[in-house]
Amino acid sequence: MSIDKQKEQGVQKEDSMWRQKEMINANYASLASAHENGRKIAATFVPGNLNELLMCFDLDRSLPETNALQNGMRKKSGRMIMDAERAGHSEDVCTYVKADLGMMQKGVGPTGDPLPKPDVLLLSYTGCFTFMKWFELVRDEYDCETTMLHVPYQADGKITKSMRDYVVKQLKEDVIPTLERVSGVKFDIDRLRGYLKESAKAEDDLVWVLQSAKNKPSPIDAYFGGVYYIGPIFTAFRGTPEATAYYNVLRQEIEQRIAQGQGPVTPEGDMGAERYRLITEGPPNWTSFRDFWKMFYDEGAVVVASTYTKVGGVYDLGFRHNSDEPLETLADYCLGCYTNLSLPKRVDMLVDYANEYEADGLLINSIKSCNSFSAGQLLMMREFEARTGKPAAFIETDLVDPRYFSAANVKNRIESYFQMVEQRRTQAA
Amino acid sequence: MSATEIIERCQALFDDLDFTAVKDWKAKNPGGKAIGYMPIYVPREIIHAAGMLPVGILGGGDQLEVIHGDAYYQSYICRIPRSTIELGVTGRLDCMDGMMFPSICDVIRNLSGMWQLMFEGKYVRYFDVPQNYEDGVGGSFYIHELKILRDDLSELAGRKITDADINNSIAVYNENRCAVADLYDYRAVKPWQASGSDVYLLIRAGMVLPVEEHTQLIREYLAAIEYEDRPVRDNCRVVVNGTFCEQPPLGLIKSIEMAGCYIVDDDFMLVTRWLLDDVATDGDPLKNLSEAFLHHSAATSAKYEPRKEDKGQFLIETVRQRGAEGVIFAAPSFCDPALLDRPMLQKALGKANIPYTAFKYAENSGQMQPIREQAGTFADSIKLWSV
Amino acid sequence: MQTFIGIDLGSTTTKAVVMDENCNVLGRGITNSRSNYDVAAEVAKQEALVNARFNLFRQSLGDVDVDASVMENFIQRLELNFRLHQYLLQLEDLRQTCLGNAASERFRDLGNKLIEALDEVFDRLRTDAPAMFVPGAKRKSDFFRDIAGAQYMAIGEEVAKTSDVAFDHILNAYDRSIIEVENRIIGDEKNAELLNQAVKEAFGTLSELQSSAASVDKMAQEVLGRELEETYVVGTGYGRARLPFSKDHIRSEILCHGLGAHVMYPNTKTVLDIGGQDTKAIQVDPAGIVTNFQMNDRCAAGCGRYLGYIADEMNVGLHELGPIAMQSTRKVRINSTCTVFAGAELRDRLALGEAREDILAGLHRAIILRAMSILSRSGGIEDEFTFTGGVANNEAAVKALKELIHENYGDLQINIDPESIYTGALGGATFARRAVEA
Repeated sequence: MSIDKQKEQGVQKEDSMWRQKEMINANYASLASAHENGRKIAATFVPGNLNELLMCFDLDRSLPETNALQNGMRKKSGRMIMDAERAGHSEDVCTYVKADLGMMQKGVGPTGDPLPKPDVLLLSYTGCFTFMKWFELVRDEYDCETTMLHVPYQADGKITKSMRDYVVKQLKEDVIPTLERVSGVKFDIDRLRGYLKESAKAEDDLVWVLQSAKNKPSPIDAYFGGVYYIGPIFTAFRGTPEATAYYNVLRQEIEQRIAQGQGPVTPEGDMGAERYRLITEGPPNWTSFRDFWKMFYDEGAVVVASTYTKVGGVYDLGFRHNSDEPLETLADYCLGCYTNLSLPKRVDMLVDYANEYEADGLLINSIKSCNSFSAGQLLMMREFEARTGKPAAFIETDLVDPRYFSAANVKNRIESYFQMVEQRRTQAA
Repeated sequence: MSATEIIERCQALFDDLDFTAVKDWKAKNPGGKAIGYMPIYVPREIIHAAGMLPVGILGGGDQLEVIHGDAYYQSYICRIPRSTIELGVTGRLDCMDGMMFPSICDVIRNLSGMWQLMFEGKYVRYFDVPQNYEDGVGGSFYIHELKILRDDLSELAGRKITDADINNSIAVYNENRCAVADLYDYRAVKPWQASGSDVYLLIRAGMVLPVEEHTQLIREYLAAIEYEDRPVRDNCRVVVNGTFCEQPPLGLIKSIEMAGCYIVDDDFMLVTRWLLDDVATDGDPLKNLSEAFLHHSAATSAKYEPRKEDKGQFLIETVRQRGAEGVIFAAPSFCDPALLDRPMLQKALGKANIPYTAFKYAENSGQMQPIREQAGTFADSIKLWSV
Repeated sequence: MQTFIGIDLGSTTTKAVVMDENCNVLGRGITNSRSNYDVAAEVAKQEALVNARFNLFRQSLGDVDVDASVMENFIQRLELNFRLHQYLLQLEDLRQTCLGNAASERFRDLGNKLIEALDEVFDRLRTDAPAMFVPGAKRKSDFFRDIAGAQYMAIGEEVAKTSDVAFDHILNAYDRSIIEVENRIIGDEKNAELLNQAVKEAFGTLSELQSSAASVDKMAQEVLGRELEETYVVGTGYGRARLPFSKDHIRSEILCHGLGAHVMYPNTKTVLDIGGQDTKAIQVDPAGIVTNFQMNDRCAAGCGRYLGYIADEMNVGLHELGPIAMQSTRKVRINSTCTVFAGAELRDRLALGEAREDILAGLHRAIILRAMSILSRSGGIEDEFTFTGGVANNEAAVKALKELIHENYGDLQINIDPESIYTGALGGATFARRAVEA
């Protein structure tokens, strides 16, 4: 549905939301005509996305994960997944991959614009094993030039010099030379510095927005609403003036909401009274995104902090892109993405969020497709409960395969959880 | 000992979920430490050089009921991590002084963090192998990983592990690699003598025995098997691929054979066959191990393939070298590496005109009938339709 | 009197529990679930109210000076007569509906032949009916659809042979009518009328009561006439569509189950419910409030439905599975619990020469293993452990459960109540009581 049509139909969004939707649509339009206009396309991943670096080579950026989720939200992904399974891909593997491969068979992107095959795959192997095979599959099918960046795992909860050096060396010896060759543009490190400076500005505002949820009532929903907030910073726009402007506008909007004591905006208008404050762990479901969100705001439940909004970079623990050490900062950025963090560190984050944001409890949306997030979540849940004394809920859905979202199941569990929290409150009182 | 007796011993070791062999070793070597490791590959030489016993942990198999382990994993995750946790929480892994988790997939990766939370006080090491195969890049990183391992184990052992120690261990493991290679060679030539399940049990024994003993066991078997005169069958020759982590039940391996296939190569327990040639035993051992890893190691689904044209070539080479007629893709349900890789490998095989069939299993699969049917049909089709 | 009612819409059966203001259970009702939730809820509620009246009757009769066994006999007759009247009422409804459908466009060519055949069928059904409601008679189940359906098929086949009408047409008429009939509710007033009739007939058959006839009758009228005010109703259950209650009158089935188990066994800490299609593991605190839960609701493995498939495969009744499995002497490990493959695995093993009872014992253990998984995920098993749901009546399942608990959690108090199928409804009724208190 076009933006004008949605506005017509009274779908509630703030200015910033329209803005970022326009940015996304403009990017798809640009991708559609890239080759005709003499531009080349690079595909990469959200965790470890080196947007600033790619921009140095005048490359358009396509992010298959966002393509998949956009297709999910527009209810197109189910068909694509089945096409991929018919072509021989297993039912057990990640549905982002299958949606992407299915989509590429027809070459049409989520907005209906054509989506040409990429000229180079920047395989940022960050926080997810499946990424490695995803781009091998794309390369295999479409013969794309590929450059691989292996970002080691922070198994012990810290970044070591050896890890950083490894990433930097790969950038110097493989990634940058390949990008130069494919794009025909020579690498200019000062240009990179410029983009990194711009990024840091946006990052400051983003963190401010995320932390605004500490207010009571929270002016934002940090999960469903949060999906819109992370769009520009996690995808093709970080380091651009448009993104910086977006975060500026967003911040002002949120400042307004706080001043007026407003809760978060939802597709059906402002949420009513805030009754439950939750932390969430795990990605959202995309094919039933609205229905899923409604189950929360109908109950007065707002998400005050989420780990999903850190999947493309963790900024609220102090990290900023540092233009003084351009390659090292890219390495640190990649190494610090949420799914590249150790499990104990992830538990710490959840516990800290619950305390800092004064949450009532945790909700884990366990995604069938995503072992990186999901393997270990049951233990994380118990650790969280033991350390905070707050209750946790566990639901199971998927990213973009509509066959794995059962509204009745999910609603049943969520309602039971809210009633449980309510009962415990009345007991305590 | 006769070949049968040797296999019986191996079967007993295989059946024993209490790791008695490890406990025996510890009793014989007071103060000795055992380090468990999961698939696919860890440099056992370094563990050995520390005077410790490397122990391969391959889940609980089909004889272990998982009760507590299921509290840790949703239903759409493979079984090996839950049975490994079951082994852990039921005390069967108490005799391990440390656990190593190689970077094979996200499930095992996250398991390393879970292990840190659940078994505080035990040495836990996530072993990250490079996906970049340049000596100056991936190599440097890898050598550093090896150094960390050496330093950690030195601390655990209470003594410094010297280059000489590691070089000695490399030599010992070269012998083992040689024996394993000879075993596989023998089977490929005379698969009716050394069956798939026999070879499996022999290699499995190497997961819990000291490497020197294991090498000797294989040599004894190779000598003894020559005295056997087992009937030749009209079986087709297959390579089994995908079984590098969660292991199929022994019954499944036997079923494939019963259905009319000789397994002439496989990827069970790749740790014993990861490094393809002898590793140099002089000079800087970490550098040698790194070079061997980067340039002379097997290909598998958990590895990145830098060049598109190379995808599947290792498997095709294996098929050709072993004179195999087809490939059986057997992957555990939900196994990301094996299942994501499969379509690409199948495409390569298709281009090379090598027939294949594929199915999924779990380490506790109970129904062998469908496997027999599928493998049998596959064998028949090869015999009937191949040139 | 004030009553507080809980209604649990399950996947297979709908249950209702009626309690008084002191939280004493007055009556219970159960019916088969159907696509019209309103009807299912209403029928279950009516059943519970009827059952409440019978129980109240039983209580007040305790004061009458008649031999206890005679009294028990009387009440039994009363119930059976009542059930018979209900059955005949619905049977008549079915007859008229079938005849109505038979006269429709579709069957025009058959003309009167079909109507004659149907008349014959229903005559026989009516004649056979009383025999099913005498003391000691065994019925397939207590639900109209089950009893009438089975009878209709059998008699329909016979009639088809002798008449000129194909069995298909006779069957067709039933298929087109049964849902309609099933969704018509026998209201409170009608029930009272039938009860009255039943009382009179019961008197007629028991001469021993003639001496106390007057006082018993007086008591009967009093109980039958007593107003049972539905003070508050709470519904629960797994509704794919909306449950037929307003938001204030719904409690999640997890909470109802937890509270219900607590009411039955106040020291309950862990609850396991294995229903027809899902399994729930619930942890409750000393006040019966849920602290943790896990559900398996995407897969029928390990649930009642799984046992249903097995029973069908083996051509035995569901209630026979347990006793057969109890005869097992050898341990057989069944590894796949997928319901879809249950039949295949069963046939496979039988072909391999395994004994039926050993395979069944293995299957029961496999189900319980799945339940153990979900319990594990919900936080484990703590003293006291309460096992509810239809499967709790299966002795082989209970045996496997006790073994596995003992092996893995040590010695715990395990609570099983034969009426545990009403746990959710009991919890709902308790919530209803608390709602008014509050």
